[in-house]
This record gives sequence, structure tokens and C-alpha cells, in this order.
Amino acid sequence: MRLPTYRRDEESQPPVHWPDYVSNPGRAPKRPLVLMPQRLTEITGPLLGAERVGQHDNDLTVQHVGEPQGQRIVVTGRVLDGDGRPIPDTLLEIWQANASGRYHHNGDRHPAPLDPNFSGVGRCMTDAAGRYTFTTIQPGAYPWRNHHNAWRPAHIHFSLFGQAFTQRLITQMYFPGDPLFGQDPIFNSVRDPKARESMIASFDLDATVPEWALAYSWDIVLRGKNPTPLENEEDEDDD
Amino acid sequence: MTEPLVTTSSQTVGPFFAIGLPWEDGPFVVPAGTPGAFHIAGRMVDGTGEPVPDALIETWQADPDGRFDHPDDPRGAVSSGFRGFGRCATDVNGRFEFLTLKPGALPGQAPHVDVSVFCRGMLRRLVTRIYFPDSDNSADPVLALVDSEFRHTLIASVAPFGYRFDICLQGQDETVFFDV
Ligand SMILES: [Fe+2]
Repeated sequence: MRLPTYRRDEESQPPVHWPDYVSNPGRAPKRPLVLMPQRLTEITGPLLGAERVGQHDNDLTVQHVGEPQGQRIVVTGRVLDGDGRPIPDTLLEIWQANASGRYHHNGDRHPAPLDPNFSGVGRCMTDAAGRYTFTTIQPGAYPWRNHHNAWRPAHIHFSLFGQAFTQRLITQMYFPGDPLFGQDPIFNSVRDPKARESMIASFDLDATVPEWALAYSWDIVLRGKNPTPLENEEDEDDD
Repeated sequence: MTEPLVTTSSQTVGPFFAIGLPWEDGPFVVPAGTPGAFHIAGRMVDGTGEPVPDALIETWQADPDGRFDHPDDPRGAVSSGFRGFGRCATDVNGRFEFLTLKPGALPGQAPHVDVSVFCRGMLRRLVTRIYFPDSDNSADPVLALVDSEFRHTLIASVAPFGYRFDICLQGQDETVFFDV
């Protein structure tokens, strides 16, 4: 069987072991990962989601009776593969802290106010051109006890499926010019400067909504396909 | 060919994904009441044997005929309505479970389920596989990549509810994780 496979891009990814993130050493596996050539199960994946997206899921500012506190923002962009091909009809799921830097989660003990009008959860499908748009509130930074006086830069968590198990990605989108980048071990776990910067959205004046909301644009790139299956991999698949 | 784009970096799922990612029907790869359905259940522990209560586990598998409803399956997509995908957050005791059917064998591979593990503390996804103790796994090319000493960590055990599969992040029984 000739199977399309997905390129590795190890440069752009954080390491398995990153002790600056203090909960990493107790959880990261000690033995080296076993390199696995991609086969059928890895080059296919769940193509689902449209049925999970409700009417207000891409607008986090209209999910309650009242409006949430904070700066209204639009976050928009495209989901692409490594060759620049748009990925249509794929599910994006996001979650974030409110304007004060507090998550709507029992475990979040940061003494900042909860907002009864903000859950901080969104979903949408990309359109035929791979585009997505969320309307939300600028999330606040929050402290997290990783080291003395540790603060997470403002971010939105993103989860994506792409079209194959291999493309699955959970990441975070950051905001331009955040003064907290320098001390954040999670952001800095990505060692390649170009890859690190690609997690930062751009302010997008054209996408702002006059008299209403600021806008940021952020493209997300999932792994691209190898041009042709390697011969030795093909042999293995024919076993 | 133009320069490939930089793949967006993975970042930790963090401690608070439970506000958004768990789905009510996530653990149901097949609906409750599906004939022949069983549970795959287990516990996830860290290096000290403590349960990991804030992990998200996902599964992806072929249907009982060994087929995928996906256009890149060279044998052609099937529309059996089989979702093939499961998602379950661990509970306070590190427990997770999925209701599913046994995947069929794939060309050249023993029946298996691909597993993604996301948790606070990990900056990227961990990938492993579940194999079944009552299948012939002897010629599986992925198991063959794994040191025989550790292969048992990928094989579920028979349980009253179906199969048990534990995930150990570290320690003597550290699960084998793959780099795909
Ligand atoms: Fe966060």
C-alpha cells in the first residue's frame, strides 16, 4: 500500500523533558520515545465536529444573559498544513481565563474575580478555505507558582484535529509584545525562535470591528505531508 | 518546492482543560447498548505511583472490519458510522474508560488502538498503543520495534468489563511511548 505520511518537524516542537516547568520532571517518561513509522492508523484520524458546534460557540461574549467584563477581541486566522494547503471542516476547541486571569474551574484558586457572564470555552469548524473566527475577551495574565513570582503570559488554549492522528495538536496562542514572555518556561520550552514567534498572534487592524472590538490574526500550521512514501516504509507496509 | 511552513508548536494542555475539552459522549466510541461493546479502562500514574487526575486520554482505532472512515485509507473510506474516536479526562483517581468494539486487524498489523495522552507537566502529546491479549500479536511490526522487556506495557489484560490498560508515565512499568 502506498500511504501518504506526515513530515517530522522536531525543530518546531518543545522537548519531552523540560525541567524549568516544575511539574515536568515527575511526569515526563524517562525512557526514550520509540520511533514509529506512520501506518494506516496514524495517517487517518477522526473527521468530526460539525455536529458539536452550537450557535454561540464561536462567540464567547454572548453565551450568558449579560456581557462579560473586559476588552472584546476577534481572533481569526487559517488552519494550514506545512505546505500551505488550507485544512477545511476541522474542529477547533478553545478555552481561556477571563479578563482578570481566572479560569471558570474549581481548581483555579487565583483570588481574582470570576465573571458570571464568561465561561471561556469556544468551538468552531474551519470553512472551506480553512478560516476560523472567534469573538472573545482579552484573557488576563495569571500567577502559577512555578517559580518565585511566576506569571503566565496572556494566552488562549487551542485544540485541533487536522485530518490525521499525526496532525493532532494542542497549543496556546499568545499576544504580541507581552512583557511576561521572558520569564515563562512554557513559552520558552520551544527553542527555535521562529517557531516560538509563530505562537504569537498579530494585531490585525483590518479585522477589527469599528466601535466594537480589536482583532488579532493567527494562522495555525499542522504537519505537512511527505511528497512520496519512502521505499523502505512501503516495504514494511507490505509485510 | 517552496519552503515548508513552520509547524505550530505544541504547548501543555495545562490544568484547566476540563472547562472545555471533555465531551459527555467522549468515552463512547460506540453508543451504550451496542452489541458486543466492552470497556477498555485503566488508571494513569506518575513517577511516584500517584494517580494523574488531570490528563486527557484520546483513542483512535479501526472498526471491527479493520477499516477507517477516512479518504486516505487506500482501500477506500467506509461509512459504517463507526466513530473510531474516544476522549476521556482522568478522574481524581487517575481513572479513565472507553466503551468500544474490538478493532479488526489491519494489513500486516495486529488489532490495536492508538492513544494520545495530554496532561499538565507535558509540553507535548504522548502517543502509545493498546494491543489485545487474546489476539496474535507475534508478527506486529510496531511491537517488533519495542524492546521485548517493555512490550507487555502495550498489551491490555482481560478484565470482567472488557480489558484493563494502565498508563505509567515513569517507573518500573513505564509505558512505551512512540514518536510518530
Ligand atoms: Fe492557561
